[in-house]
Amino acid sequence: MTLTLEGISKVVGGEVHIHPTDLSLAPGTMNVLLGPTLAGKTSLMRLMAGLDAPATGRILWQGQDVTGMRVQDRAVAMVYQQFINYPSMSVYDNIASPLRLQGKAADEIDRGVRETAEMLKLTPMLDRKPLELSGGQQQRCALARALVKGAGLVLLDEPLANLDYKLREELRLEIPRIFEESGAIFVYATTEPEEALLLGGNTATLWEGRITQFGPTAEVYRQPADATTARVFSDPPMNFLNVTKTGDRIGFGDAQEVPALGALARLGDGEYVVGFRPNHLEIERYGEEVMGFDTRLSVTEITGSETFVHLDHHGERWVGLIHGVRDLEIGAELRVWLDPAHVYVFGTDGALVAPASYAQAA
Amino acid sequence: MEKTVNQKAWFLVLPVLLLVAFSAVIPLMTVVNYSVQDTFGNNQFFWAGLDWFRQMLEDERMWNALRRQVIFSGVILAIEVPLGVLIALNMPKRGVMVSVCLVLMSLPLLIPWNVVGTIWQIFGRVDIGLLGHTLAALGVDYNYTQDALDAWVTLIVMDVWHWTSLVALLAYAGLKSIPDAYYQAARIDQASRWAVFRYIELPKMTGVLTIAILLRFMDSFKIYTEPFVVTGGGPGNATTLLSIDLVKMALGQFDLGPAAAFSIMYFLVILLVSWVFYTVMTNLDQQGGK
Amino acid sequence: MAKITLDNLAHSYLPVPKGEADWALKELNHVWGDGEAYALLGASGCGKSTLLNIISGLLRPSRGRILFNDIDVTDQPTAARNIAQVFQFPVVYDTMTVRENLAFPLRNRGAEAGYIATRVQAIADMIGMEAELDRKARGLTADAKQKISLGRGMVREDVNALLFDEPLTVIDPHMKWELRTQLKALHHEFGHTMIYVTHDQTEALTFADKVVVMHDGRVVQVGTPQALFERPEHTFVGYFIGSPGMNLLDAEVAGKVARVGGFEVPLGAEYAPPGGRVQIGVRPEFVNLGAEGLPVTVTRVEDVGRHRIARLDFEGTALNALLPEGAPLPAGDVRARFAPEAINVYSDDWRVAPGSRSEEAA
Repeated sequence: MTLTLEGISKVVGGEVHIHPTDLSLAPGTMNVLLGPTLAGKTSLMRLMAGLDAPATGRILWQGQDVTGMRVQDRAVAMVYQQFINYPSMSVYDNIASPLRLQGKAADEIDRGVRETAEMLKLTPMLDRKPLELSGGQQQRCALARALVKGAGLVLLDEPLANLDYKLREELRLEIPRIFEESGAIFVYATTEPEEALLLGGNTATLWEGRITQFGPTAEVYRQPADATTARVFSDPPMNFLNVTKTGDRIGFGDAQEVPALGALARLGDGEYVVGFRPNHLEIERYGEEVMGFDTRLSVTEITGSETFVHLDHHGERWVGLIHGVRDLEIGAELRVWLDPAHVYVFGTDGALVAPASYAQAA
Repeated sequence: MEKTVNQKAWFLVLPVLLLVAFSAVIPLMTVVNYSVQDTFGNNQFFWAGLDWFRQMLEDERMWNALRRQVIFSGVILAIEVPLGVLIALNMPKRGVMVSVCLVLMSLPLLIPWNVVGTIWQIFGRVDIGLLGHTLAALGVDYNYTQDALDAWVTLIVMDVWHWTSLVALLAYAGLKSIPDAYYQAARIDQASRWAVFRYIELPKMTGVLTIAILLRFMDSFKIYTEPFVVTGGGPGNATTLLSIDLVKMALGQFDLGPAAAFSIMYFLVILLVSWVFYTVMTNLDQQGGK
Repeated sequence: MAKITLDNLAHSYLPVPKGEADWALKELNHVWGDGEAYALLGASGCGKSTLLNIISGLLRPSRGRILFNDIDVTDQPTAARNIAQVFQFPVVYDTMTVRENLAFPLRNRGAEAGYIATRVQAIADMIGMEAELDRKARGLTADAKQKISLGRGMVREDVNALLFDEPLTVIDPHMKWELRTQLKALHHEFGHTMIYVTHDQTEALTFADKVVVMHDGRVVQVGTPQALFERPEHTFVGYFIGSPGMNLLDAEVAGKVARVGGFEVPLGAEYAPPGGRVQIGVRPEFVNLGAEGLPVTVTRVEDVGRHRIARLDFEGTALNALLPEGAPLPAGDVRARFAPEAINVYSDDWRVAPGSRSEEAA
């Protein structure tokens, strides 16, 4: 069971929503579509499901062309951000409904419903109506309906977005387990990088209707192929800095410079954009081979165990995530330190020139 | 949005297409056919070209009917829309009274046109009607069969009674869709009652009010049954609205050609006004977004 | 700006509340300082919105009083309380321009035109919307509209308090960052008393000077983010704050040692043997995996980018440990050691303060 998209695109009223896309999802994999709102996650899912016809390209399911096939005839299940259940039916009947539509025998339906309910911890609520359940339970019920029919392709469109923080955390932990038990291809759309990391599997980063990179989640995170991918896959946002390399110096801003260390030393002369994640910025010098930057502290945010420092680096906004709770004076000058091993170097066109060396080692 | 290629959908639409063809397109074509020909019966037809149209456009009688019609539609819109909005604003938002109100308001809408006409025809009679008799007893000189103004007032009051609920119900639906947060924010901003109406309620109602005005315009412009039952177009020609005039011409005098031309122009006028109105309203809407 | 006093405050949505469970808000006695930023944090249905509505005057409490600067406002309507509120969904006057929106609260209060103009300009500058001042509010993005709502709240210089009801719900993760930081900077600069309701711990912790954690109609702890993180007063705070939440283990505590399932865990302080159900709590940040401590099995390791979460099992109890990015998982038998000073002791869910036992020490 492989899902393959070949040159799939979607155009609505002359506006390109999805640029021609090739993507192959292997059997039994968890695949995350990560991107901001309107990046094309839902459009891509609708194409995968067969809810919309592509403008160009083919969709293959197990090697067979299913491009024009109706949704009803495909082995697809979908779960939405809103909790969509039949309000007048009990949880049991809700879960049973896809099986009834398939015309399964009564005992088979009963077994299917009970197994799925057990997997999603819904067994005590089978006789209740969806609206009597909490949000998390309602979404479990919708998930159960999607899973019970044994669809080979399960599409989840930001399924946790409408849930409370802690419930989200709980379900996020369960979804990989549920996925492993089902054996289906899961496609999971989210706007949150952390969610993608927690789910694991593979991640495709989306930006303005294009898949910028697709691969194992941790690899896409640590070895982004371009600046766009790195930006999409960073929360808090990645910090960027335009630099010019001349000899053994890295120059930026108004005639400031730092020595070119690590991978930076091996770059040819020219203009680059360097990027680094907030958690790699430090406010104490922690080694010899580090680069220092002068910034002004504009805001601090304390999470209890860590401190976010929002910095003004000569007009550019940087964010740093520092271990521990720090009492820092707002408006004060702050020298921050960065290990070149944590720096990604991009060309001015955004393509990756040199990956962060720590990520290659990991 | 593009959907999956699926030719079967056409078969599902087919019955409706057939029905519309028989109920609307074919009769309309017949009218078009009549409007460009002359006939002396026996199914003998002579080509008349645009003569009937020319004749109708020069006919004082049609222009008079059209003038009366425009006044009628204008007056009832000017009364029903603000009144409907006012009623909607004062309807309860929650509780048992909501259903009571909704049922009461729906009642006039459920009564067939000719019955409405009959009700008012009797209601307004000076000899046996409650309204006419009471007015006469109070010394008001009221008689809709004799006095043109009385006839007009009766028709307008009847239409307002019959249809204001529709506007009110639509406006109420629009109001109900406004989240509570808007009212709370307005209270915090110390907005006056008028400002709340002007900046929150009215903008949220424009969509449904557009529909309400369109419906009421089209309906009132082709009103026939009620005035026919109540006044029959009289006294004299005082309440002879377009449709009444048309029927007189077609069935009373059997001038099928002119009547057909008349109906087509009538149809085009409604279409034109509706289109202009709709375009203006949606344009205003979009300009707001700029 | 005002100091807010909650005096014997309690609320029930029932006319005649009978048992404990009938009270949506159980008795509260708090004084919230002038110019401070508070967050009301809790799961849905915990009473946080009820409390906010009582403060804003949309709801009259069943019992007790609410005072602004020692003046009783319990019976004052919303408009008289001189507060500003930003709602979950952006509330803007669609048909007005951004400028008119910002000027609206001032115009309604009969301010003079010159003052309104300068004030609107200042606020537009503050929220970064000078360029859009003459645009109609309709058609703006959700975050721009939410900025207008915020601006409308701040345009009056004399507001007693700014209230926020989950204001970032409909905002994209990347924009959330920007808005939150902006809010924090505005608070720092202008010192309004702010009350922010949310279910999202990150928002609450990063925004507030003091976080009010609510559970089941009760305030379980009011404290700085650091206090909530290091010394949760209730197991709910331990669970709710932190991602993942605090680990809890049933234990017997005596002196400086806790006994957990036959193993000894050293504590950072002396405790008198507490009564009731005794548990020790330790945050995943303070669990070290190595050769010492409780024997555990690693069930799963999740890579969250800047750290990894090790899911552990100790005699049937699930535990979490955080590993720094790049740190290897110890091979062979894994044992979990808790940092003694980071362990808290709980009796029937409430934290037990360490107390030196003089007679034993003697």
